[in-house]
Amino acid sequence: MTPRANGAKPKGVLLEADKLTIQFGGLRAVDQVSFAVQPGEVYTIVGPNGAGKTTVFNLISRIYDVSDGRIVFQGQDITGVPPHRIARMGIARTFQNIELFEHATVLQNLLVGRHCRNRTNLLTEIFFTPGVMRQELDHRRRVERIIDLLELQHYRDQIIANLPYGVRKMVELARALSTEPTLLLLDEPASGLNIEETDDLANWIDDIKNDLKITVLMIEHDMRLVSRVSDRVLAMNQGRVLAEGGPAEVQRHPDVVRAYLGA
Amino acid sequence: MEVLQLLIGGVAQGCVYGLIALGFVLIYKATEQVNFAQGDILMLGAYVALTLIVEARAMGWSIHLAFWLALPLTMAIMAGFGYLLDRAALRPIIGQPQFAVVILTIALGFVFRAAAGAIWSTEPQTMATPFTNQKVVLGGVVLGAESLAIIVGTAILSGVLFAFFRYTRIGIAMQAASQNQLAAYYMGIPVKIIFSLIWAISAAVAAAAGILLAPVATIDPNMGFIGLKAFAAAVIGGFGSLPGAVIAGLMLGAIEPFAAAYGSRAGLPKGAPEVSAYIFMLVVLIVRPQGLFAQIYKKKV
Amino acid sequence: MRNIFKTSYVQDIRLFEHGGHVFWYALLLIGVFAAPLAVSEFFVGEMSLVFIYAVAGIGLMILTGYTGLASLGHAAFLGIGAYAHVYFVKLGIPFPFALVMAGAVSAAFGIAFALPALRMTGIYLAIATLAFAVIMEQVFSHWTSVTGGFRGLPVTKPNIFGWQTTTETHLYYVCLVVLILVTLGTRNILRSATGRAMMAIRDSEISAQSMGIHIARTKVTSFGLSTFITGIAGALLAHKLQFISPEAFDLILSISLLLMIVVGGLGSLHGCFYGAIVVAFLPQFLALVKDVLPPSIGQIPGLQGGVFGLVLVLFILLEPYGIYGRWRKVRLFFEIFPLYRRATFKRQRGYLKTERMR
Repeated sequence: MTPRANGAKPKGVLLEADKLTIQFGGLRAVDQVSFAVQPGEVYTIVGPNGAGKTTVFNLISRIYDVSDGRIVFQGQDITGVPPHRIARMGIARTFQNIELFEHATVLQNLLVGRHCRNRTNLLTEIFFTPGVMRQELDHRRRVERIIDLLELQHYRDQIIANLPYGVRKMVELARALSTEPTLLLLDEPASGLNIEETDDLANWIDDIKNDLKITVLMIEHDMRLVSRVSDRVLAMNQGRVLAEGGPAEVQRHPDVVRAYLGA
Repeated sequence: MEVLQLLIGGVAQGCVYGLIALGFVLIYKATEQVNFAQGDILMLGAYVALTLIVEARAMGWSIHLAFWLALPLTMAIMAGFGYLLDRAALRPIIGQPQFAVVILTIALGFVFRAAAGAIWSTEPQTMATPFTNQKVVLGGVVLGAESLAIIVGTAILSGVLFAFFRYTRIGIAMQAASQNQLAAYYMGIPVKIIFSLIWAISAAVAAAAGILLAPVATIDPNMGFIGLKAFAAAVIGGFGSLPGAVIAGLMLGAIEPFAAAYGSRAGLPKGAPEVSAYIFMLVVLIVRPQGLFAQIYKKKV
Repeated sequence: MRNIFKTSYVQDIRLFEHGGHVFWYALLLIGVFAAPLAVSEFFVGEMSLVFIYAVAGIGLMILTGYTGLASLGHAAFLGIGAYAHVYFVKLGIPFPFALVMAGAVSAAFGIAFALPALRMTGIYLAIATLAFAVIMEQVFSHWTSVTGGFRGLPVTKPNIFGWQTTTETHLYYVCLVVLILVTLGTRNILRSATGRAMMAIRDSEISAQSMGIHIARTKVTSFGLSTFITGIAGALLAHKLQFISPEAFDLILSISLLLMIVVGGLGSLHGCFYGAIVVAFLPQFLALVKDVLPPSIGQIPGLQGGVFGLVLVLFILLEPYGIYGRWRKVRLFFEIFPLYRRATFKRQRGYLKTERMR
């Protein structure tokens, strides 16, 4: 853990984005965005389309490299960490346009989520030693707990390609949970869901926060959901931060209103 | 002078590679299908032209009449063949992953070779053309007329196709259909018919390449294997680029004769000149995995 | 109809789902071990070839079927394994070690190819493998000190720790044992984390990465495993053919391997076996049928290739899941008779999204 030279930041910040910036050619998709997520909270990023919200996620999960700024997770600077290490460090994410493994079953998708917690190596796997069997059983048990939580038992052995959209969203969420994350990045989890499904989702986010003790960083458009589950909200537009605060406060903020309705 | 001679010969050969690669990239650009049978379609085109010319000569026509009628007629016949091929074999598997088409076209290549051997026998044959054994002298350099014909023919075909894609509505529709079939359907683009048209065009181009190649090579069922080097050219050019395919073909065509002539002097291991095209391709891919004029974008999540 | 009532997770993880499975496989095993007693020596020799092709097919299946990296040049690795094995045997290294070392040499080449090829995708990678195979053919032809060049190398029969094998039957058992070991090892990998990682890469590299999978390492591992197994198949092939030369490992063989796993059924080990049977027995079948066909069809030189191509075209068009897929449909038909509906296996109509964005 690298000691922090410039202090004056509240202790126990889980994730800190410090003046994140990324430039694609001439376009600054994310411009000096800074925020801090406290452990145990549900922190939501809102903003019109094209605001750069998903880009922020892509920066945090290291799909993109920052042009400027830092990302600090649990006190560690992860700005340069290779993307495949992020899951093991405890950050999991879902994708806006579902990136599931289409030709595998729900169960297999979730088991892949356990990869970052896996401790077997190729040699032991070839011989399928008792250690490998124990590990497989352990993975299976943990994954089943998540299946129970999200009520996916019905779909356990079905191929993703045959599943309806709402179920796929749940599987995407379940797969992220399988990685046993400390921080969960949800990219528009409610998009495409109807009112009942969104209410279920709200309950699940509560469960994730209260029972599983996972911190949630979320991008969302559905303001009902945002108000219902979020502790704090960050509003973005055109790559920049507009406002930060409680859900009601941010929604009333004049800059935010202007961004959504147009000047 | 020897250098120039090698170069011209290489350019002519490169033109053939370029033409085949062109047909190859045409299909890929419009349909994202990879047609491993392109070389074998070239072979079929050569055989059809041969048959037409032989028949015409037997009826007493002059070689000029025979050839210049056989050329467009063969292209038309092969265009129809390409259309039907797409209709019968490739339309049913629209929507399946790219790999299925690769396998299918490879298999079709086998079938075409066997069929050609059955219909026309496997004995190598030669095709008489107006250019056979004619020489042209340009600025002190002696060129075979066949080579010149190849170069000119390639230039004309490339120009026509380039304009077609750039300036016609069908050309743009073809690009749309290649990038997102479902969206193209919604836009009212008759995707399936467009695909068949593309195959028709590509087959016609392959047939032209076959006719141009025939005078300088022997016609036999395996002449389509030249397609492999053309694939290398298409890859080097990056699959989405028509001019890239032709340029890459020219590059390969130019490299080979020099590798063969000077290779051992330059220290190349034995056997390397024959595969210089592939070595060059691997080098390009390692440095630029998407080819030189590529069209792969990082998926936006 | 069998309703499998699962009481523990072990049932899902272990190799055989239920008692019936074990029974049938045990029967198969007994049959296969006892076969030489019942059939002619020639047939036994043909079966050895099936086993060898199956091993090679498993190698290719790991790379292409499970990791999604198409290889059009796998015959090169058969060749590398064959030549390496013959070289080691000549040096006096005992057969089993030479076999494994040949696989290791093949894997070394495979990894050496894979490392620079990591950034290549889809069709580019496939054509790169093709180029690799063509180049290797030249290497086989010209590296005469090791490979004997165009003249080829004669191969002695295997001598395993003093037991000098002499008959086709002996070779049959050697190939069978290797096949069983390779199959078990591969199945174990496929039901563990490495196998899942490979399949994840096949379907979505980006989300595989966000699950913690190291893309480069997994791809190289897949290449290494695949070429190791194929190299071993090559070594066995050398003994079977008793003579190896560069033409034996040409493009046609690479394509045959690929066609084999497609006809058998991509994405399943069963597919390797079915495909191997088809590829190994096709020449014999054609020889039988040739006399029945009219001469205009029966006598053409490229008939074998043509028939092979035709079979494959029909499979792609009519049964893309291969023989294994058809078998599963047939089995389901009988299991749930008379409730079978063709739509059970109908996949949702796919609209091809461009593969240029990966």
